[in-house]
Amino acid sequence: MSWPTRKQSETDASEKKSVGKGVFRRCDGCGATLTAERMAHNFEVCPECGQHHKLAGRRWRELLLDDASFEEWDAHLLPTDPLGFSDGKAYGDRVASAQRSAGTKEAIEIGRAQIEGEAVAYGAFVFAFMGGSMGSVVGEKITRLFERATVERLPVVLLQASGGARMQEGILSLMQMAKTVAALERVRAAGLPFLSVLLHPTTGGVAASFALLGDVNIAEPKALIGFAGPRVIETTIRQTLPDGFQRSEFLLAHGMVDRIVSRLDMRAELASLVRLLMRKHAGDPASPPHAGA
Amino acid sequence: MAAFALPFEKPIVDLIARVRELRELAERDASLASELRQLEEQTAHLARELFSSLTPWQKVQLCRHPARPYTLDYIEHITTDFLELHGDRRFGDDPAIVGGLARFRGQSVVVVGHQKGRSTKEKVTRNFGQANPEGNRKATRLYELADKFRLPILTFVDTQGAYPGIGAEERGQSEAIGACLAAMARARVPIIATIIGEGGSGGALALGVANHVLVQEYGTYSVISPEGCASILWKDGSKSDLAAQAMKMTSTDLLALGIVDRIVNEPPGGAHQDAYAAAKLVEASIAESLATLCALSPEAIVEHRYARFRGLGAFVG
Repeated sequence: MSWPTRKQSETDASEKKSVGKGVFRRCDGCGATLTAERMAHNFEVCPECGQHHKLAGRRWRELLLDDASFEEWDAHLLPTDPLGFSDGKAYGDRVASAQRSAGTKEAIEIGRAQIEGEAVAYGAFVFAFMGGSMGSVVGEKITRLFERATVERLPVVLLQASGGARMQEGILSLMQMAKTVAALERVRAAGLPFLSVLLHPTTGGVAASFALLGDVNIAEPKALIGFAGPRVIETTIRQTLPDGFQRSEFLLAHGMVDRIVSRLDMRAELASLVRLLMRKHAGDPASPPHAGA
Repeated sequence: MAAFALPFEKPIVDLIARVRELRELAERDASLASELRQLEEQTAHLARELFSSLTPWQKVQLCRHPARPYTLDYIEHITTDFLELHGDRRFGDDPAIVGGLARFRGQSVVVVGHQKGRSTKEKVTRNFGQANPEGNRKATRLYELADKFRLPILTFVDTQGAYPGIGAEERGQSEAIGACLAAMARARVPIIATIIGEGGSGGALALGVANHVLVQEYGTYSVISPEGCASILWKDGSKSDLAAQAMKMTSTDLLALGIVDRIVNEPPGGAHQDAYAAAKLVEASIAESLATLCALSPEAIVEHRYARFRGLGAFVG
């Protein structure tokens, strides 16, 4: 597929904190000043302290997927404005500027891919597109991802980074939670694995639908994962939240995720999990198992 | 019953009070019957006229009216033999969601609903109808019970949303809601959800993945509360009226968008003016839905629900 080579989509991490016009980058974790090149080479993981910064979709594919194995599905789906929504700025205009700045048509990309030779149905949220929010297109594409995985008997790997349901599509966004989870039930019934990868941040309607329902839930270090955003909770209970609240490590301690995995180990982990759950060995010829076989 | 009155409902409240007085008198004096009928018709007409021009924000206030009937009122008026079942078998019992076994027109059913409190003390006990994870897990458990014993499920939606608190996050609110959606999606029995007040966000949806979704005339359903939407998009919580309008959350909007299958009328002045009459209207609608859905096989019920939600969404391509 062709990929727009826009500067902005290539370096979506810490754009605001960049110093020296993108030549140098300051780490959000330890504050070390590093060359942008060195950070990019390490997939936006700080070589000094291991802090994970945002990584663009194209780099994620480079990191996780076998070369040229990604075949995108349903890229033609585009958002509309079902409510005629405006909060001062029309929803249509918001979408247009998100498409320009994120370099994608919507907040998710899905398709078929291979991870260390294992075929998977792969989806990844684009946080740079309106905070990865889930409206009708995102809901539809996730539903199709699950449905197609069921038909083609593929395990599902889904990378989440989303603020939740998209308010500008109102109640239709809420309905995507029900639609996607119903489709996920078909994946489950077919005995196929759903590997849910939780990136920073995963909250709201995405967290409260399919994101925490993985057969295995994997989180990146220090990702914010929760139902309500920290500010909403602070306003509700009128207390300051403890350090580390709703971070990956907090979720691991409370039994909500299986593993915290460094981005740099993610590919090997995912491949291993697929093989273990699909009862295969590395290098086995592709032979999808049948449910109950 | 309704002591508290919103500013815009005052004229109707006064008229309804007069109808009540006259009704009492008419019970002893048959000659007042025609006058009573006239006043009743006049009141109904005026109420309809006045309420037809309510703004979305006023309807939001109505759906949160403190005198509005709650889940337990509906259970009392439209079911018999209600046996409340408690607890999620994991952590605790959440009084913000009530549920159990009952008979609806003689048929065994499982009922689940959000429950707000009447008195200040009960409001706090029931956490204003905002469920913690254990409330949602109780709902999941009851859906599974219904599936096992082939009992239709009646839910009553009335919550501002699931509770955003520290404990709720510690105990996995997100997973608890997701699990509710999944359990409803796979239940092989008819599910009928009725929005009797506020349908707020994921907390509402946890009781809302139904074959038929009914909404009362002054019920609302939205992705986020108007206050929340206003504070995020308008950066100003006082713009709730604008947010309520923009989100298209009233019953007529919801029907037009295909989110609900039917609007259930309310008595003149709203359900809180006559809880019994409101309940009977809800009962009739549920009975009709139940008759249609009970004709479907267990597989067809699951497929029907899948197709219902599968079709929701607006996009090009």
